[in-house]
Amino acid sequence: MGWQWFHRLGSPRWFYEKSSAWIPWLAVLSIALLLWGSVWGLAFAPTDFKQGNSYRIIYIHVPAAFLSLAGYYVMAISGAIGLIWKMKLADMVMKSAAVIGAVLTFVSLVTGAVWGKPTWGTWWVWDARITSMLVLFFLYLGVIALQEAYQQQDTANKASAILALVGMVNIPIIYKSVDWWYTLHQPATIKFTSESTIHPSMLYPLLVMVIAFYLFYALALLLRTRSEILYRERKTRWVQELAEAGKGSH
Amino acid sequence: MSGRAAGIDDSLQAQATPVPGLWPGFWATLRRDLLLAFRHRGEMANPILFFLMVITMVPLGISPEKAVLAMLAPGMLWVVALLATLLSLDGLFRSDFEDGTLEQLLIAPQPLYFQVLAKVLVHWLTSGLPLTLMAPLLGVMLSLPEGGYGVLVLSLLLGTASLSLIGSIGAALTVALRKGGLLLSLIILPLYVPVLIFGASAVTSVVEGFPASGQLAILGAFLATSIVLAPLAAAGALRISVNG
Amino acid sequence: MANPLIQLEALSCERDERVLFSGLDLSVFAGDVIQIEGPNGSGKTTLLRVLTTTSADFSGEIRWLGQPLSKARLDYLNNLLYIGHLPGIKKGLTPGENLRWFCGLNQGHQRMSMEEALAAVGLAGYEDVPCYQLSAGQNRRVALARLYLTPARVWILDEPFTAIDKQGVANLEKLMAEHAAGGGCVLLTTHQELDLAGVRKVNLLGYRQVRS
Repeated sequence: MGWQWFHRLGSPRWFYEKSSAWIPWLAVLSIALLLWGSVWGLAFAPTDFKQGNSYRIIYIHVPAAFLSLAGYYVMAISGAIGLIWKMKLADMVMKSAAVIGAVLTFVSLVTGAVWGKPTWGTWWVWDARITSMLVLFFLYLGVIALQEAYQQQDTANKASAILALVGMVNIPIIYKSVDWWYTLHQPATIKFTSESTIHPSMLYPLLVMVIAFYLFYALALLLRTRSEILYRERKTRWVQELAEAGKGSH
Repeated sequence: MSGRAAGIDDSLQAQATPVPGLWPGFWATLRRDLLLAFRHRGEMANPILFFLMVITMVPLGISPEKAVLAMLAPGMLWVVALLATLLSLDGLFRSDFEDGTLEQLLIAPQPLYFQVLAKVLVHWLTSGLPLTLMAPLLGVMLSLPEGGYGVLVLSLLLGTASLSLIGSIGAALTVALRKGGLLLSLIILPLYVPVLIFGASAVTSVVEGFPASGQLAILGAFLATSIVLAPLAAAGALRISVNG
Repeated sequence: MANPLIQLEALSCERDERVLFSGLDLSVFAGDVIQIEGPNGSGKTTLLRVLTTTSADFSGEIRWLGQPLSKARLDYLNNLLYIGHLPGIKKGLTPGENLRWFCGLNQGHQRMSMEEALAAVGLAGYEDVPCYQLSAGQNRRVALARLYLTPARVWILDEPFTAIDKQGVANLEKLMAEHAAGGGCVLLTTHQELDLAGVRKVNLLGYRQVRS
């Protein structure tokens, strides 16, 4: 049956064993792209005539911002899969995605602030995107806090999955509302990230960085999920055998 | 079936085919909760007193100057009304959880959706509605300009109902936690952002001489969506909380 | 042989990665009084919660009149009465108001009037006294009054004798016997010996998985 892969994927052990083959590929590829993109973006891309060199932080800020939003959807959808099909693996992915997503959102907030200082002369601007990003950060923190509040792992998973789904439904509404609020209060004199055309020589390294961040995200999610698998399955025989084997080889 | 009690057996069989009714449970729970709210009517005053006291802090903390207060009034009234609603939400399902009636609610042969709706309705009648009625008085204290009062009441009427509905999800998710109150605020506040933006903006608009019908329409749309979706999410969350 | 009301097939319950019991097969027939036994932590309450549908942490199948519970849920709940550890009584309401809520939830079918039911549990004259003025045992009795009102065939009672005096216990046993004889069934946990003929005992210890 075509469903077999789905059930196999649901088995943490099967996933753990299979995924160990993916790690080197993902690691090499994402680190290579990260290096290539940052060297290109930081050293070889031309200087912006208005912002000077400070604009170069977009090579971290923009990919991090992309992924913090995409990461929320990864988290909510895997939470939904865990809720509906009772797939243990999906619960573990959700928990890992929550932490990684929160970190990425924090990174994009901090890089945004660092960028704001030389550009607008202040660390914090109530810009529409930054404000939405802050609310997104709060949404992540809520999911993590709820996850941590429950003693029972199973209840924690289900409760935080519901919250993540409610958040997912709300995110477009929140983004639209904040956008609308911003246009109301700030007539379009300053725009934090200009929508205007970006020169290809600046854009290409950015694209490389976006892809690199996606791969790096996948790698981080994989590694965290694998450690979550080991932790939650620590009482099973296969993990204990794995630990024995690990001890033997050292 | 054993023949020794055929008579009673028949009477039991007769009602084995249930007539699924959606509303009897709704009315029963609505009546019970209203009665309880009436018995504990002292507690009903708490969110209103909170509203009054925090609003009193505003001139003390910022400035008693009329112009400054008038500018802050729409936003302040909305933020504090939101916080007052939030504070009263923790008790929405907690007492039912603690005395076991929540369990009974979950296994009643009635859709849980309507039960949650009844409970949220009572919550709104005892917190959102009094806050709304109280708001014009506090508007006077903050020197809210003449034209803003009607829209203030209307926006709070629509908005606080949404706040109660959205908040019920958080109350359901944290009902089994001993210290759920603060966590409830953390998980629900970000979800309140759109309601706050449009609610406060409606009042600001009308004070500045623009129409507020757009914002009020959006608040109405939020309310309609929340009525449909929020009790569903809260019902699912309750099943999880009680299971755990 | 008559068809069972409830059938449990290979029921297993797991709580936080710990298997409480597994492979539980049980058929509950009309007329059965079944006492679930086992030491603390053996999963008695968990089993009852699974049977009331408040817990979904199980594997295996539960059937109601031959139908899987997922399909016959509403009909099953219509025929179910559960009294748990918590009596489910609102302290701020009177016994009458509490019972009225339960009857409203269960769509109003009643076998007798509320006054009669309260009298049957020895609370005649307490209809209008708020429950916070009643003792723990009296509050318990208010919950037990539901047994006189309900037309439900399946009674699930978790420690129903807690805080109940001797006479109350005897009345309750008589009521359960009548209910069983009338074509209903009772599943209960209790640490007390039941003074009732034909009680079936199920010990959960027998279904505990031996860890290899």
